[in-house]
Amino acid sequence: MSSVVSADKAVSPPPAERPKPGRTLPVNLRQSGIYIAFALIVALFAALTGGQLLSPQNISNIIVQNSYILILSIGMILIIIGGHIDLSVGSVVAVTGAIAAVLMVEHDVPWPLAVLLTILAGAAIGAWQGYWIAYFEIPAFIVTLAGMLVFRALTLTVLGNQGIGPFPDEVRTIANGFLSGYLGNIGLGPLGGADLFTLLVALALVGGYVGLGWRNRQGRIRYGQKVEPLTLFALKYGLGVVVVMFMAVQLARFKNMPWVLVLLGVLVLGSTLVMNRAVFGRHVYALGGNPLAARLSGIKVKSVSFWLFVNMGVLSAIAGIVFAGRLNQAGPTAGNMFELDAIAAAFIGGAAVQGGVGKVVGAITGGLIMGVINNGMSLLGAPSERVMLIKGLVLLAAVAFDIWAKRRAGTSR
Amino acid sequence: MSDVILRMRGITKTFPAVKALQDVNLEVRRGEIHAICGENGAGKSTLMKVLSGVYPHGEYSGEIEFEGEPCRFSGIRDSEQRGIVIIHQELALSPYLSIAENIYLGNERRGRFGLIDWNRTNADAAKLLERVGLKENPVTPAMELGVGKQQLVEIAKALSKRVKLLILDEPTAALNDADSAHLLDLLRGLRDEGITCVIISHKLNEIRAIADSTTILRDGRTIETLDMSGDVSEDRIISGMVGRDLDHRFPDRVPDIGDEVLRIEDWTVHSPTQHDRIVVDRASLTLRRGEIVGLAGLMGAGRTELAMSVFGRSYGTGISGRIYKDGKEISVRTVTDAIRHGIAYATEDRKTYGLNLIEDVKRNVSAAGLRSLAKAGWVNDNREYEVAERFRKEMNIKTPSVLAPTGQLSGGNQQKVVLSKWIFTDADVLILDEPTRGIDVGAKYEIYSIINRMADQGRAVLVISSELPELIGICDRLYAMAEGRITGEVSRADATPERLMQYMTQTEETRA
Repeated sequence: MSSVVSADKAVSPPPAERPKPGRTLPVNLRQSGIYIAFALIVALFAALTGGQLLSPQNISNIIVQNSYILILSIGMILIIIGGHIDLSVGSVVAVTGAIAAVLMVEHDVPWPLAVLLTILAGAAIGAWQGYWIAYFEIPAFIVTLAGMLVFRALTLTVLGNQGIGPFPDEVRTIANGFLSGYLGNIGLGPLGGADLFTLLVALALVGGYVGLGWRNRQGRIRYGQKVEPLTLFALKYGLGVVVVMFMAVQLARFKNMPWVLVLLGVLVLGSTLVMNRAVFGRHVYALGGNPLAARLSGIKVKSVSFWLFVNMGVLSAIAGIVFAGRLNQAGPTAGNMFELDAIAAAFIGGAAVQGGVGKVVGAITGGLIMGVINNGMSLLGAPSERVMLIKGLVLLAAVAFDIWAKRRAGTSR
Repeated sequence: MSDVILRMRGITKTFPAVKALQDVNLEVRRGEIHAICGENGAGKSTLMKVLSGVYPHGEYSGEIEFEGEPCRFSGIRDSEQRGIVIIHQELALSPYLSIAENIYLGNERRGRFGLIDWNRTNADAAKLLERVGLKENPVTPAMELGVGKQQLVEIAKALSKRVKLLILDEPTAALNDADSAHLLDLLRGLRDEGITCVIISHKLNEIRAIADSTTILRDGRTIETLDMSGDVSEDRIISGMVGRDLDHRFPDRVPDIGDEVLRIEDWTVHSPTQHDRIVVDRASLTLRRGEIVGLAGLMGAGRTELAMSVFGRSYGTGISGRIYKDGKEISVRTVTDAIRHGIAYATEDRKTYGLNLIEDVKRNVSAAGLRSLAKAGWVNDNREYEVAERFRKEMNIKTPSVLAPTGQLSGGNQQKVVLSKWIFTDADVLILDEPTRGIDVGAKYEIYSIINRMADQGRAVLVISSELPELIGICDRLYAMAEGRITGEVSRADATPERLMQYMTQTEETRA
């Protein structure tokens, strides 16, 4: 459909310089800063704990312990990019966990059906909040603040003052378990035995990641776009490969890949694709960047806001099931303060306070930064109040850096 | 009577890329009503902002002399202390505070321990209200008052500050006739009390009725000061406002005008905030293929409101009327409908309504036509880049790359991005609202060329502009609006600034 640019025949284009392939990649400190910070924090705690932070079991722990926050932070970053906020996710985690428990434990609903129904309940909760925010135009802050109270209250109503459990083994496995060693172990010399299946999956992932990156690059070159120089490309992808393979080897040496990591991987990949490539994702960025301009460009801003909250509801329900499965019971205080961790992850990960900016991978990195600080400090035996203090300061520093960088860049807003 | 209270000499004020005021001189005699008039963008409001300290000393060059002393105001408070008070076009009352609280806002009547003395506040306010002829209880919240009464509260507020020079920016723009008449009477009364008034107005009949002298600004310069004691005709004022040397250049074009593509009939729009106020009143117009049509009008005439309400009801309530596209009546209830019917609207306020400034050029170009780049909801990134790149070349958008944020581009290049966005939707009716506002002269020529090109491709273009020479220079046919009505239609051959200005200043009573 090349007729989309209908001005092409009538106009002779003025001479314009052809974009040179390679050259001039603006070093975007604001976007890469978060990954550098993450690397530094990991290195710091690895050194302070004498390598304990990166031990096979600890890596596995960090992933499993933070999985539900990371799942929530995916939904949260989308909402923040769209210019909203959601304070209710902790309570929604609790109420969906309770729904799952009531279905599976008290009514013996088969677990796949119960999981499905719980996710639908999450979607319905999201639709409820999305309706008030998008169509009634109440600020998300108020609606979700109300939701925080309402859904906590519903949790307490359903559960009374006690937990419901235990969950079926399958649900516990998703939350807490590991893939079984389908192909047995292989020896890795001095590192000892490792699960072959995990290693193969990691290799396939890494291969796909590099392959896709290469294809993208070639595609851009074909269209005459600027691409980064080959050395930088190799460096970036080489670094990614090393990090992923290191984690995979460590996981393979411990107990294989945790199921939640698979789940998380699918969610991150899917949402990244949607945000980068789908019309919906583009509309979210446009909405957050300038809602008035988005509306006048024919974007259905209300519907976009609505579906953002439905998505958040679904992800909260998934997080609710994972969290309940991990504790093996749905409790009345489940999910307390999760909203704050998820919001902090999004902002540490580079989201802008006024919306329109952010990446799913950034939010995951933000969540992992907090997870590593948590984990590293507890390995060092730091009391929890100090962990909280450091996390608070990191959040403040991250957003301060963001605003400082923006002011320096001088893009008017 | 003849001593001069205010003298402004050689005032020059520059904004990035635009010279708003250039060597402007103004002399106001004590105790007179001095009108300032000029087209939109002539620099009237800027001049008053310089005078009242909104633009502090140092942001402009030139001298201000008030009551014989040179003044260097660092802010509004500073000028108010000297007795210069400005009442802005957009009234600045706090809606939930009472009349009395509003009058003394920032200037509270204090009693013991620095606490507010409410009795004195309300009693003093009542006296001021009597002076301005407003029969309201001082404890009434400001939001319960109509616009006319709010205006009076503003004047009472000015009087509370012992005002010597009162500046009113378009005081009657939002008032009905009775309220306007009352306001003008009040100003005459204040003059008799010795208060000097400077009034900015578009309504020439009012100026003739009330002003003792009139200074005309054009393109940021003083043109002349007329003594109104003789009988100065409206035409005399108009010729001062528009009679400029036509040194702007417009690209040549031989129009090839085809069939009617859009017809609007009996279009009526009400204000979204005051549901009973009519903003566009039974307007009808037609656009033909390959035709550039101008829409002239002064501030508040309803041009933008007409355009936006047609563009998927983006403005207003209580909209009635019919839209025909290619002879068939269509329903355009949302922006999506409008785009589907090939109607595009490029806003007068690029930064607020037109662009996502933090996003790159590419994504701004594709924002309205993204679906045509997508298959099953997935966008083809590379094709999007190709499209953006093509527009960059065709429109000559000066940017290091289509991946650069639009916020970093100059006004002219931002406008080209907006135009690209709408051309990419394949619209055949383009409504361009102030397409050259805030754009320097060289870039204006480029924008005119783009507009010509769009018409030559068989699109219909409706240009809304406050610059009459621009409209006359590029349009094949022109409509003029005043007070929400289409007051005249002229062909390019018959269009003169004077004639258009007559239509644009036509009010209900002058027409009757």
